[in-house]
Amino acid sequence: MAAIIDPSIKVGSQIGRSVLRVEGRDKVTGRAEYTHTMRLPGMLHAKLFRSTVPHGKIKSVDTRAAEKLPGVLHVVTIDHVKRVIPNPYYGPAFHDQPILADEKVRFVGEPVAAVLARDPHVADQAVQLITAEYEELPAVYDEIDALTAQTFVHEELRPAGTFTDLKHLQGMRKTNVALDYRLRRGNFERAYAAAEYKFEHEFKTQKVVHLSFEPFATIADYRPDGVTIHTASQGPSFVRMEIARLLGWPENKVRVKVPYVGSGYGSKLYIKLEALAVALSMIARRPVKVAATMEEMFYQVTKHPCTFRIKSGVDKNGKILARKCEVFWNGGAYADIGPRVTQKAGLTASGPYDIDDVDIDSYALYTNVTPSGSLRGFGVPQLVWAYESHMDMMARALNWDPAEFRRKNILREGSPHATGQTLADAPLDKVLNTVLDRIGWNQPFDRGSGSTRRGRGFGIAIKAVTSPTTSVAIINISADGSPTLYCGTVDMGQGSDTALAQLVGEALNVPTESVRIVQRDTDVVPYDMGTLGSRSLFHMGHAIQRAAADVRSKIAALRQEVGEPEGSNLPISALFQKRYGMQAGNIIGSGVFKPDYISPSRENGQSPNITPFWLISGAGAEVEVDTETGHVRVTKLINVVDAGKAVNPKIVETQISGGAVMQLGFTLFEKIHIDGGQITNASLADYKIPGFHDLPNAMENLYVEHEETNGPFGAKGVGESSMFCVSPAIANALDDAVGVRLTELPLTPEAVFRAIRTKAGKPLESE
Amino acid sequence: MTTARTIAFNLNGAHVTAIVQPHHTLIEVLQAQFGLTGARESCGQGLCGCCTVIINDHPVSGCLYLAAFVDGGKVTTIEGLETPNELSPVQQAFIEASAFQCGYCTPGFVMMVTKLLDEHSDPDDETITHYLSGNLCRCAAYPEVLEAVKLAARKRRTVGGKSLG
Repeated sequence: MAAIIDPSIKVGSQIGRSVLRVEGRDKVTGRAEYTHTMRLPGMLHAKLFRSTVPHGKIKSVDTRAAEKLPGVLHVVTIDHVKRVIPNPYYGPAFHDQPILADEKVRFVGEPVAAVLARDPHVADQAVQLITAEYEELPAVYDEIDALTAQTFVHEELRPAGTFTDLKHLQGMRKTNVALDYRLRRGNFERAYAAAEYKFEHEFKTQKVVHLSFEPFATIADYRPDGVTIHTASQGPSFVRMEIARLLGWPENKVRVKVPYVGSGYGSKLYIKLEALAVALSMIARRPVKVAATMEEMFYQVTKHPCTFRIKSGVDKNGKILARKCEVFWNGGAYADIGPRVTQKAGLTASGPYDIDDVDIDSYALYTNVTPSGSLRGFGVPQLVWAYESHMDMMARALNWDPAEFRRKNILREGSPHATGQTLADAPLDKVLNTVLDRIGWNQPFDRGSGSTRRGRGFGIAIKAVTSPTTSVAIINISADGSPTLYCGTVDMGQGSDTALAQLVGEALNVPTESVRIVQRDTDVVPYDMGTLGSRSLFHMGHAIQRAAADVRSKIAALRQEVGEPEGSNLPISALFQKRYGMQAGNIIGSGVFKPDYISPSRENGQSPNITPFWLISGAGAEVEVDTETGHVRVTKLINVVDAGKAVNPKIVETQISGGAVMQLGFTLFEKIHIDGGQITNASLADYKIPGFHDLPNAMENLYVEHEETNGPFGAKGVGESSMFCVSPAIANALDDAVGVRLTELPLTPEAVFRAIRTKAGKPLESE
Repeated sequence: MTTARTIAFNLNGAHVTAIVQPHHTLIEVLQAQFGLTGARESCGQGLCGCCTVIINDHPVSGCLYLAAFVDGGKVTTIEGLETPNELSPVQQAFIEASAFQCGYCTPGFVMMVTKLLDEHSDPDDETITHYLSGNLCRCAAYPEVLEAVKLAARKRRTVGGKSLG
């Protein structure tokens, strides 16, 4: 299809079209290339020897037998790494993670040594020949224990300097707290003391893992004059900057290429295997591939386990007067992006409610387990699980209808959020009403009988999109008029290439199908902060709009230059012909977007402009509980999100559905089991994820449209929204069905059965 | 390590040979010696279905199947489904129903669905989920896959389609 940026031709709106995925053919034919299956000529494979103790000083690492195995080219420890990278510590928030364990190990599974060989089987076999001796240190696993423990995961805190709210932690010793965020609004203590009814609950979430089906993989090809990194990453710009910093090089000597990514869900952000792969390639002077197995994914990054203590004071009319939230995030052995989760999620911990007096304390804690990072929601699902369970418990105790109790307290447009920012374009009422309508809240309901009991529940949620972040886009118009988009947003499956092509189409009056998006390659694409936190459509969308405006003004200038009158309909290819005498030339437009933002005050967390947009969602669940086994079947799941203006309705729907099913696994069965610091179920055989048979009997994936006033074409992100409410909706439905309340995820048959027996006065023996 | 041997088999309609070690899985040989990367290892335990290939008419997990065992047999991979000008009806249906997100597991699903439709031209939901219970999708494009299977079945009944047999 020829692309003609021609004002006389109306191609029709590209927004609101369910354009088929631009990369569909590559994916259904198996031609899509992923880092995990890539090979470079002369490439070596690296396999890792990992720590078997959760916390200890390394006394010795014996690599002699491994070195002697035929086919082994290098066995690498931190001593070798330091010869090529003298200060081998990396991380987005803290420079706390060594490329290989340095004097100490801090979690079971931490890489201690690497073996390089041409044959990955040889490398694997050599790893088995390495031994290490440790002097074990006391370890801390639980986030609450970490607050008061006398064992410290790190001797000294080393903030990266990127984030202003971490600077005060520089050089701190004898602490496991990697960030303490606080919000103070009004006077909680006074308002709580005066409240008629007081409620206090504690909720816990378990450690779960992203488990992208393309495991982590990076290939580094180091040359003295530059390094090329092929990597499964959600953020090539950050990888480039961090590798440049480690090498003491300018950014332009580091090239990061991202082919198709077999999903990320937040796991492939910031820096993962890239620094190790670069160090190994520097040592071997050859391309080196580090590719994880699925088992090894349990030792890279997980979601944050969390303890949330919440207190609310309610007056006699059902109005919540005061709320205190204490949130403790289990960050694992290295901070990764945990301090951002702590602050960015923390600031919405009091939920989508209009409460005058609020205290929030949110703590990032180091522990001796696999590091925690971002997982589709940046901490918000952990919070919503707690505050929407808490809301339901209060409504039941006060004999309020849970829907009316929400309506009484919900935040409305124009009201101040707990941070002080005025709520706008956050259609909470509309989302809540849609959930209630589709779940038939006011309709008669069959509550079951005998050993089969049925119940209903729901929840609503708010998230502030991570801010401030920057996106840059370039649009290149070739001499025949065809447009190409250069941007750093990574399509890891969420459909961003298709949606961003639609925005280019809309902004330039060309069909989406005619827009080409170049492969992510930092030698070519401009800066983008990262594909995370549902930010891309909004931020990159704005950058695209600005780049398109730049293109249009340059076309107008060209039109004038070649002597065409104002309003001329000459196609762009003809303008190029006139200008260059042949099919030649380019028009290149660029656009940068960074939203306005005011940092929250360190004293009280207040800011009049904490986020450029809010994500709003709700979910309703119908469950069937077998009281003889504790088994919970979700018979209906209603997922509703605010989509702003849906750019591609089909993609919005698949994002809602995919997120909700993922959260269904986190709600009902997924859990990393840890015993004395050892993960005991690090495989797909022992860690179950949702399959066809786990889907709810009926599922509706809906969005409400409420144009985001400051969004590109009214759009906003939806990649995470459907994760938020699934857990509390199911827990609330479970309470509705059998009158038991679980406050810890997952809601396994055993946990449910124990609660049913306890309620009946016949508790089972403890585990 | 151990002795390599030469095997001969039919790969997507062509007679090929490969030099394999006893411990080499079929996936490794397809990727390293034939450059076929559509079947991919993910869980490495035969549970996720990302590595599904058809051997002598049976769908198997290529990450567990030793390459030496395909000697004299017939192997069909995702790369063997399309003709130069045309996608298979199942592939076309997956595009039209948006039955994928990241695409890593998609070839495995397409292979299994092709096998399913070879054996059941008009499968009901129960048959579909039974056949696909060994294919997992972490992006959870399950509702869309269900839609794609039904769409593909209709396409095959009306225009016909290449079977694996």
